[in-house]
Amino acid sequence: MSVAMNPGTAKASGPVVINDFVVKFANVNGSGSASANGMFAKSILRCGVPVAARNIFPSNIQGLPTWFEVRITEAGHLGRRGGVDLMVAMNPQTWDKDVAEIEPGGFLFYDCTKPLPPSKFRDDITVLGVPLTAMCNERYQLPRERQLFKNIVYLGSLAALLGIDPKVIETILTEQFAGRQKLIDANFEALHMGVSYVHEHLSPIRLQVRKADKVGDRIYVEGNAAAALGAVYGGATVCAWYPITPSTSLAEAFTGYCEDLRTDPDGKARYAIVQAEDEIASIGIVVGAGWNGARAFTCTSGPGISLMTEFIGLSYFAEIPAVIFDVQRGGPSTGMPTRTQQADLIGSAYAGHGDTKHPMLLPADPGECFEFGALAFDLSDRLQTTIFVMLDLDIGMNEWLTKPFAWDDTRQLDRGKVMTHDELEAGADFGRYKDVDGDGIPYRTYPGVHPNKGAYFTRGTSRNPYARYSEEGAIYVDNMQRLLRKFETAKLLIPAPIRRDAKRKTTDGVIYFGSTTPSMLEALDHLEGQGRHLDALRVRGFPFCDEVYDFVAAHERVFVVEQNRDAQLRTLLVNEGEIDPGKLVPVLHYDGTPITARFIAREIGQILALGQTEAAE
Amino acid sequence: MTYILKPQLHHPNLPTNARGFTRRDYEGSVSTLCAGCGHDSISSAIIQAAFELDLPPHQIAKLSGIGCSSKTPDYFMGASHGFNTVHGRMPSVLTGANLANKDLIYLGVSGDGDSASIGLGQFAHAVRRGVNMLYIVENNGVYGLTKGQFSATSDKGSKSKKGVVNHDSGIDLVGMALQLGATYVGRSFSGDKDQLIPLIKAGLAHKGAAFIDVISPCVQFNNHVGSTKSFDYVREHNEAVNRLDMIPARSPIHVDYAPGETVMVTQHDGSVLSLHKLAELYDPSDRGQALGFLGSRQAKGEIVTGLLYVDPEAGDLHDALDTVATPLNELDGAALVPGSKALAAINAGLR
Ligand SMILES: Cc1ncc(C[n+]2csc(CCOP(=O)(O)OP(=O)(O)O)c2C)c(N)n1
Ligand code: SF4
Ligand SMILES: [Mg+2]
Repeated sequence: MSVAMNPGTAKASGPVVINDFVVKFANVNGSGSASANGMFAKSILRCGVPVAARNIFPSNIQGLPTWFEVRITEAGHLGRRGGVDLMVAMNPQTWDKDVAEIEPGGFLFYDCTKPLPPSKFRDDITVLGVPLTAMCNERYQLPRERQLFKNIVYLGSLAALLGIDPKVIETILTEQFAGRQKLIDANFEALHMGVSYVHEHLSPIRLQVRKADKVGDRIYVEGNAAAALGAVYGGATVCAWYPITPSTSLAEAFTGYCEDLRTDPDGKARYAIVQAEDEIASIGIVVGAGWNGARAFTCTSGPGISLMTEFIGLSYFAEIPAVIFDVQRGGPSTGMPTRTQQADLIGSAYAGHGDTKHPMLLPADPGECFEFGALAFDLSDRLQTTIFVMLDLDIGMNEWLTKPFAWDDTRQLDRGKVMTHDELEAGADFGRYKDVDGDGIPYRTYPGVHPNKGAYFTRGTSRNPYARYSEEGAIYVDNMQRLLRKFETAKLLIPAPIRRDAKRKTTDGVIYFGSTTPSMLEALDHLEGQGRHLDALRVRGFPFCDEVYDFVAAHERVFVVEQNRDAQLRTLLVNEGEIDPGKLVPVLHYDGTPITARFIAREIGQILALGQTEAAE
Repeated sequence: MTYILKPQLHHPNLPTNARGFTRRDYEGSVSTLCAGCGHDSISSAIIQAAFELDLPPHQIAKLSGIGCSSKTPDYFMGASHGFNTVHGRMPSVLTGANLANKDLIYLGVSGDGDSASIGLGQFAHAVRRGVNMLYIVENNGVYGLTKGQFSATSDKGSKSKKGVVNHDSGIDLVGMALQLGATYVGRSFSGDKDQLIPLIKAGLAHKGAAFIDVISPCVQFNNHVGSTKSFDYVREHNEAVNRLDMIPARSPIHVDYAPGETVMVTQHDGSVLSLHKLAELYDPSDRGQALGFLGSRQAKGEIVTGLLYVDPEAGDLHDALDTVATPLNELDGAALVPGSKALAAINAGLR
């Protein structure tokens, strides 16, 4: 076995960094690297050190570049930091770009089987070469084995370089291949090939993982899986969907959880899942099931929402419960289908022709995806309308460290205002669209409830409080006003925002939501370190509660941080709260990568600094 | 336009069915369609069929899309829940409703524009999934409600009221339903209630995707010379392959025809279909033959009617999904929510 020279070995040195650095893997899609990379992240978690890991992948099955970025963060910053300290460059196609991305003083890990000219390296980084291909070609015969074990060999080498105990990875491998001893043995061998090579030819680097106790009881899970589990706990029985990245894994996870948790001993299913022919049929099935008293949902992304729009309007006007999980991706059109954005807010909030508005829940992490996933079904039954749960690709398709799922066993499903057989029998006056309680929410009946009472005809056409067709202007206006009252009621049921006050009194505030949250919190710490103080408010749903408007009123200037071009949350705030737009300063990140703390701190920091110089002048 | 409530005066001498309902109990509000519209005859046939089957009206869910035809569920079975959905999408809504509660009887009513134009995809997929329903298309070859444009079932060469000739091939929903796996397929004519009522009765009793194409002339926009969906044209070209008598489950069986000319088919629910052959050699249990027969007769301009195909052993979407016996909308928290213990185990697996 020959060992290639490390050309760029002008060993950039620096301080030893423990549990606070970024490793990025550059791979080729379909090369089997995902599983090894996942084990890398998990091994660090098992050392008690929080990680934030993100897949960056193309709309492709095999051959195109993919990246996996792992932020190792004892401080628990779960957003993307930006910058790379150790690049694991396994993809020749993206080599130049990957090498360029390394922070000065950082490290480049690569397969040194084939020597590369010095021009391919940089002087200000340390190069770590392991002849992965040569080692695997020597040890394995089958091309597929050579390919797959290469990933495990580099995992071993990285463990040795970063000071991760290989035993931790062995445990993970044993869990992963439970019971398949041959596979376990083979993987152990490959792992140790990588470890031994480093022991013999290289030495541990100054980026080190050290055991800590900072993970606690948190779990590590994708937002899509969490939301799907929320749907199970929320009592959803009907799911209709059409495959689209990044929402597909939500329906798949729901299927898996239902098979485990909702199957009778005789194999009968307490759920029905239909892969529909398109998104129109998906939402049609959901609306039909909701009309008939089952809890139903679909999951999709922007293009699907566009197709569903007519039905969403029907759900609004005919008042039929429905839940839509929108896992947002880069738009418009097919846009950047495998990149993240928060760009469906306006499209969802006002989906439909005519005057329509829909409640939205805005979870910030998988823990909330579970919580809001379950809550959405109570809200849709209570409000008899479509509820959107707005995830995005970053939350949905990446595993996040999040609080463990919790459930109160005394909690009941809130089926909302449903008039029963006995109430009808006792002579209750049933008017499907009558506002009996003054909250804008009428009573409904399920089809088949009573032999001769409570039946009504559902339509998307104007009708009177007793569901009878009517084009009378006054009756129409009355009904539209009631729908507005119902939307006011929704404000009381949407999760309240979460406020974090600055350490010092300030006239500046910031509003943010969803997957921006961890980067925002880190940026706030950073700004505070620079003596810049902001009160912060995390919005968790739409329509906005009074606390949101109070917050804006209480500050002179409010930054609104979001991941889209058109400042959509800001637009909703201005539109719904009649807020002076000049007060709301947009901070926008929409290149398809998750927003970073560095970006937020820089953007807000610059504007604050500008204000200070102006004041000084 | 306002809603007209039909006076509910019960005539003491109205005949009642086995459940004590009169025919009136299966009526709805007064139709607002044009006088003489074929669709109204179909509503009347539906009312008669439900009355004769002794169906409890509230156990029927009636769904439709948008169009003159899709308005009709308001004009029959006022004691049933109804849903006028969006244009071309009744099949998906009906599918969802059926998933929620397998115990109701689902009647989908649609038009040729609703099902063959905008809704062709939904029609196809609901049929191929085997949703347990009776799906009726009231086929007039035009968009009635938007005033007479050609629909996708207009035959090639057929003339509009203004004299325009249709140059697109017509879609035959019966042929499609057969190919897509419908397990009960019929065609009839709104003007032939003797044929239509038993077809509807057997379709309502059928388990699986039942489809009936009912030619239903639009007196306003498609009843002229040169139209292939006019009353006169259909009467002249109607070729019935059989006459159906539907004998509900547990009823005594009387057959008036000579043996050999009649085939008896027992459906899932015990109902018996007595089929008197009119076309010699036509076998309604042979899907392939049905398609061939239809193709050759249609080429000659004939309209083949009758019970064209039936699979009495068919299953439905719930069988395929293997759902529990209790309707999903009746499952309570205890059956649906796995609870904190299960969650603790899931948490443990995610560390
Ligand atoms: C999305 C949408 N597009 C167009 C229309 C207008 N529209 C209403 S009914 C109809 C055609 C109905 O034709 P058909 O289903 O044949 O019913 P008929 O009136 O002939 O019984 C159309 C195009 C609509 N309601 N919705
Ligand atoms: S326009 Fe045609 S389809 Fe519509 S009600 Fe009149 S006759 Fe019937
Ligand atoms: Mg028509």
